[in-house]
Amino acid sequence: MDSALIPKGVKRCPLWQFALFIGAVGVVLAWGVYAMLLCWFKGLNQTNMNDYYGFALWIWADLAVIAIGGGAFFTGLCRYIFGKDELKSIINYAVLIGFICYSSALLILAIDIGQPLRGWFIFWHANVHSMLTEVAFCLTCYFGVLTIEYIPLLLENRQVDRVPFFHHLGHNMHEIMALFAATGAFLSFFHQGSLGGVAGVLFGRPFAFREGLYIWPWTFFLFTWSAAACGPCFTILVTKITEKATRKKLVKDNAIELLAKISGWMILTYSIAKTADTWYWATVTAPSKGLTWDFFYSNNPLYGKWILFTEIILCGFVPAFILVTKKGRKNVPALWIAVTLAVIGVSLNRWVMVLQVMAVPVMTFDYWAMYFPSWQEIATTILPVAYGVIMIAFSHRYLPVFPHEAELNPVEPLPSDEEQLAAAVEEMVDVEQELKPAEA
Amino acid sequence: MKKENKHSKFKKYGMVIDLDKCTGCGSCMVACMAENNVPFKQDESDKLLSITWLRLFRLTNDKPFPETDVCYLPRPCMHCEGHGGHSPCVSVCPSTATDYSKDTGIVSQIYTRCFGCRYCMASCPYKARYFNWWDPVWPDGMEKYLSPKVSPRMRGVVEKCSFCYHRYQQARDKAYMQGKPDIEESDYQTACAQACPSGAITFGDLNDAKHAVYQLKKDPHAFRLLERLGTNPKVYYVSSREWVRRAGDNYLKDEGRLKKAVH
Repeated sequence: MDSALIPKGVKRCPLWQFALFIGAVGVVLAWGVYAMLLCWFKGLNQTNMNDYYGFALWIWADLAVIAIGGGAFFTGLCRYIFGKDELKSIINYAVLIGFICYSSALLILAIDIGQPLRGWFIFWHANVHSMLTEVAFCLTCYFGVLTIEYIPLLLENRQVDRVPFFHHLGHNMHEIMALFAATGAFLSFFHQGSLGGVAGVLFGRPFAFREGLYIWPWTFFLFTWSAAACGPCFTILVTKITEKATRKKLVKDNAIELLAKISGWMILTYSIAKTADTWYWATVTAPSKGLTWDFFYSNNPLYGKWILFTEIILCGFVPAFILVTKKGRKNVPALWIAVTLAVIGVSLNRWVMVLQVMAVPVMTFDYWAMYFPSWQEIATTILPVAYGVIMIAFSHRYLPVFPHEAELNPVEPLPSDEEQLAAAVEEMVDVEQELKPAEA
Repeated sequence: MKKENKHSKFKKYGMVIDLDKCTGCGSCMVACMAENNVPFKQDESDKLLSITWLRLFRLTNDKPFPETDVCYLPRPCMHCEGHGGHSPCVSVCPSTATDYSKDTGIVSQIYTRCFGCRYCMASCPYKARYFNWWDPVWPDGMEKYLSPKVSPRMRGVVEKCSFCYHRYQQARDKAYMQGKPDIEESDYQTACAQACPSGAITFGDLNDAKHAVYQLKKDPHAFRLLERLGTNPKVYYVSSREWVRRAGDNYLKDEGRLKKAVH
């Protein structure tokens, strides 16, 4: 029924199957929307946050999706600025994933604030000293850039592309995409960094506080670095999951391998930097405040030394060593493990820099505060996942997200029907030409 | 010869709380809540959801009987100066909803500008900031007893101790009407300081030699909470007990005697 909208030369599941899938995910989405409305209309008393846990699950989710959405800016930087042409096989998908992550982050922020109707105050009454102000400005601008990067892909839809204006608009937008990629990288550097700065500048919280360079604490640079390192791993992970779900090869191996290699080296260098940062904090910063490093990892039921091991060794050096070796990258199970660990690692880092910061007592007569989110918090955190799955499902079905999909999955005609075979061959030739501009 | 000017151009309001005098009666908390229209709920058993601008902590020396000792520590907002007015909360607020006044040294909270991001709460090591998780609901008739000088806060914004700033405004108006160049110490006192039956809380201008706090803060047993963090708070505590003073900050095991408070 919707075949006129599906890109030429590729095969999609029947519409009923697609609708059933969207319906199932839609139920989860509706659950999240219901929880979101509860929070908006009844207030944040719907959460399990409290005066010790002012920052909780949502801020973690926010930081985590922005970190793993970092694959968009970093892949764009490699593709358009450093000229890594192999990545054109995956760049559209990286942009789409980034778009989903950043729109989710903005949505979560809108739910997280106590007075949502005053959200615009952050721009109107901006405090230039606040890292959160920088986050808000750069995040919003970068979301604009991602939208601009996503639009050409929308314009590649078969029916939209028929309109000459949209066809030319899409073409011209492709021409200047390098400019947006550079702008996106610039903005990302600052907002990823300022998210790190959000924790690093808290000089009243010795677990989060870091010295740094001029006004930027070291966490500023570590957050940018880790997002650039682990973001592409999330892009690879989602690509692999999509390939499993669609039972098709969607991206060329050389693109995955190159991205994995770059990511591996980034994770390795990041892990070294993170180790140095932790070492300095443990031996200089924390003792200067009268605290030993193990104080932050003891006398509580959750935050133990296992976190340091998991974050830096298991989810840092281990995936890095897998990805920097050719053998590791080419081994499919090892690649799966490496990218999964990297994504867990960066998410754990964000968890620690938000939740553990809140949990640690600072006054000597205070106590560790533990927290478990309410169902409303959980539902609204799952909401972006459902939204992302739906966005991917629609984009994959109706847009040429993967420019090499047709080439990697030739549609096999029925051998008895010679006419159909000839038509299919003709179509394949068309697809080769028509799919080229889809690279955005 | 030029005379030494004991008066600073700017005021620096602060408190000195004598912990040896504090009995933990909680009058300061009650007075604070009544004075500032602090909202409360029917069920206040979860203290992590209770708004207490001034909160009383109970400290013990963790020693067995008969050496057990207890100290009650009232904790208002510390009105940190940080370095050059960059107190932990003021510098992080993205919408300039909290401000450090260099004229008074008071950290203010602008409720109508706060949009409830709670970054200031995350930044405060004293946990002196509270979020309005609910809209205030007053028992029938009680709204008539609310102070008209202090605006009640709505759901979704952060609030905290203001050093009864409305009283400062009233004192300033009074001084102006009386043609006085400055306000008297007794004209501006916080509700908690006035309510304390044992006189443990003294309030005044830390820069003014005529004010009691000016001398009290110089007590060799004076200290401030978490000084090592660089928050530069304006609430001083005094205790003759070493373990109480030591409880005011974090120290490594091998660190010896305490340093005196930096004034």
